[in-house]
Amino acid sequence: MLTNLLSGDRPRSLILTILLLAILAALALAPFLFPGVRSLETAARICIFIVLVASYDLLLGYSGIVSFAHTMFFGLGAYGVALASTHMGRGFDALIVGTISGAVAAAILALLIGLFSLRVRAIFFAMITLAVASAMAVLVSQLSGLTGGEDGLNYSIPRELTPAFKLGKLFGISVTGKILNYYLVFFASLALFLLLLRIVNSPFGRVLKAIRENDFRAEAIGYRVVLYRTLATCLSAAVAALAGSLFAIWLRYVGPATTLSFEIMLDILLMVVIGGMGTMYGAVIGTTIFVLAQNYLQNLMGVAASATEGLPLIPQLLDPDRWLLWLGVLFILSVYFFPTGIVGRLRAED
Amino acid sequence: MTTAAPDHAPKYAQLSLPDRIAKVMPLLLVPLLVIFGFLSIGSTSSWLTLTVSGLAMGMMIFIMASGLTLVFGLMDVINFGHGAFISVGAYVGISALLALESWTGVPSLLLNVAAVLAAVIAAMCVTGALGWGFERVIVRPVYGAHLKQILVTVGGLIVIEQLIQVVWGPDEIFLTRPEMLKGAVTFAGAAIEKYRLLAVVFGLVLFVAMRLVLKRTKIGLIVRAGVQNGEMVEALGYRLRLVFIGVFVAGSALAGLGGVMWGLYQEVITAGMGEEMMILVFIVVIIGGLGSVEGAFIGALLVGLLQNYVAFLEPKLALISNIALMTAILMWRPQGMMPVVKAK
Repeated sequence: MLTNLLSGDRPRSLILTILLLAILAALALAPFLFPGVRSLETAARICIFIVLVASYDLLLGYSGIVSFAHTMFFGLGAYGVALASTHMGRGFDALIVGTISGAVAAAILALLIGLFSLRVRAIFFAMITLAVASAMAVLVSQLSGLTGGEDGLNYSIPRELTPAFKLGKLFGISVTGKILNYYLVFFASLALFLLLLRIVNSPFGRVLKAIRENDFRAEAIGYRVVLYRTLATCLSAAVAALAGSLFAIWLRYVGPATTLSFEIMLDILLMVVIGGMGTMYGAVIGTTIFVLAQNYLQNLMGVAASATEGLPLIPQLLDPDRWLLWLGVLFILSVYFFPTGIVGRLRAED
Repeated sequence: MTTAAPDHAPKYAQLSLPDRIAKVMPLLLVPLLVIFGFLSIGSTSSWLTLTVSGLAMGMMIFIMASGLTLVFGLMDVINFGHGAFISVGAYVGISALLALESWTGVPSLLLNVAAVLAAVIAAMCVTGALGWGFERVIVRPVYGAHLKQILVTVGGLIVIEQLIQVVWGPDEIFLTRPEMLKGAVTFAGAAIEKYRLLAVVFGLVLFVAMRLVLKRTKIGLIVRAGVQNGEMVEALGYRLRLVFIGVFVAGSALAGLGGVMWGLYQEVITAGMGEEMMILVFIVVIIGGLGSVEGAFIGALLVGLLQNYVAFLEPKLALISNIALMTAILMWRPQGMMPVVKAK
């Protein structure tokens, strides 16, 4: 049963199993274990980003395709929900319509980009996605009549999912719609993650790995490389859009900075690389570490910067705004020295 | 005994007219676009202004793109960190110009040009050295692995951009051009900024010089041969690695030069400018054909002209005009207009 649920892809390492179980338990019981608005925000963010990062890993780790447009698909899903909720009024039907149309739009856009660039050579894809994604980000902030521009969109979601909806008390915690909303995010993320795990461990996933290792040989065996790569791109785009919809439902706000910016793309890249490319569990570990670090390490950097105030240059280097500098260094080092990431390391030890 | 050789009269097949047109078609695209612009704009003076600024923009993009396309062609290295050199070049060059205020503030052509030259040389030296270091530290360990190259060079881009903010502060820097480069000349009723004219002339000179180096010198021959078939060149005894480092350094220095010119053009510089320019540079390199300097030149002119025309005709479409151009060209020629690198 458990093996089936994990599609036969067990963690294969004792430490990894313990870590994964701890993360699962912590996320499943987050509202009761860590009461408080901020920790619930962090937990929901981790859930959503696990799906987003895992769907990116389907491209980067399993298919060997570098895309810089993943936030664009994420944003499509988020804006789908936002626009549907704005124009159809609050209600579950708006959420469903927005989610589905976002995912379909993402898949179609991915198909178009894939047909143009993957046909020639995979390296085109990285450059073209970068260009298209940046054009899309500018477009969204310019079309302020439709998308709210830089300010983004605020909208209301069904009352059952908001803090105003009270259900009573459980273990001394008052259960509100916010907690229901969290569990919607949690279970949807879990389902999507298991779906991705199923995909990469299917024969389809095996062909993707073969193409990653040697596309020429895969073609020679008789697999249509372009077809498989394009399909992987569309799947990953659709799942990213679904994660975006969850994000929009959770935040009740979308804006270019939270969904489309290049910084988020870099965050995703880092999470995949740190956790480990080519394994779905890497997404879980990488995301958890990264989001926790992002939320709490910046405070630490602020403390360190003020502690070293008298010294030359060091305070500027430790300024919380220079957080990306250290991430970049970490990123380069991890690509060189830990190409298999944390999960690869843990699995190699056993 | 007579051999029974079949009667045959070998003859050279002439290319048919459509084939010949197809061969030079990329060269015709720029004049076609200019004519199209003239027809749709209608007013000669605004057309002239737009054309000059489009050409100036194209020249600057070409300067930034030329190094990238050669680096890719020679060693199959795709450098996403190229944009960082543009930013660094702009910051170093503009800092030099600000330091030489006594030269730039007076209306003397000689002193102004000297100041700009000093700024350009400073920027090119710094970015060239930076390129050398970048190649050693970042690129060298990941030869032959595209995936890692893309990841690592993106990491390098982030780190350099953040370091710029550490050194120069997070705010954008505004500047004014040297006295003699301010203002415009009027020609046929159209006001044309002096600086844009200078950028066009300078870009053309640079393109011709680059072509001469590539086509007429031995080192150019080795570079071109290396792009076509690197293994063969190495088998003939040339150390392509050294050539490659030279091209990488030169390409970085050119990116720095492009950064200074772009900074003077926009009159404002930010740490993120390189990243923004990279998108145009990538579009140019893709539509030109990876590895082709001529293709990049034509591509850059097309991008610059189209962006300016569309911004005048339909401002909202200007953002996606480049993507549309790229899509159209890839539909027509999936490998780019003038592909040199055989699909590796």
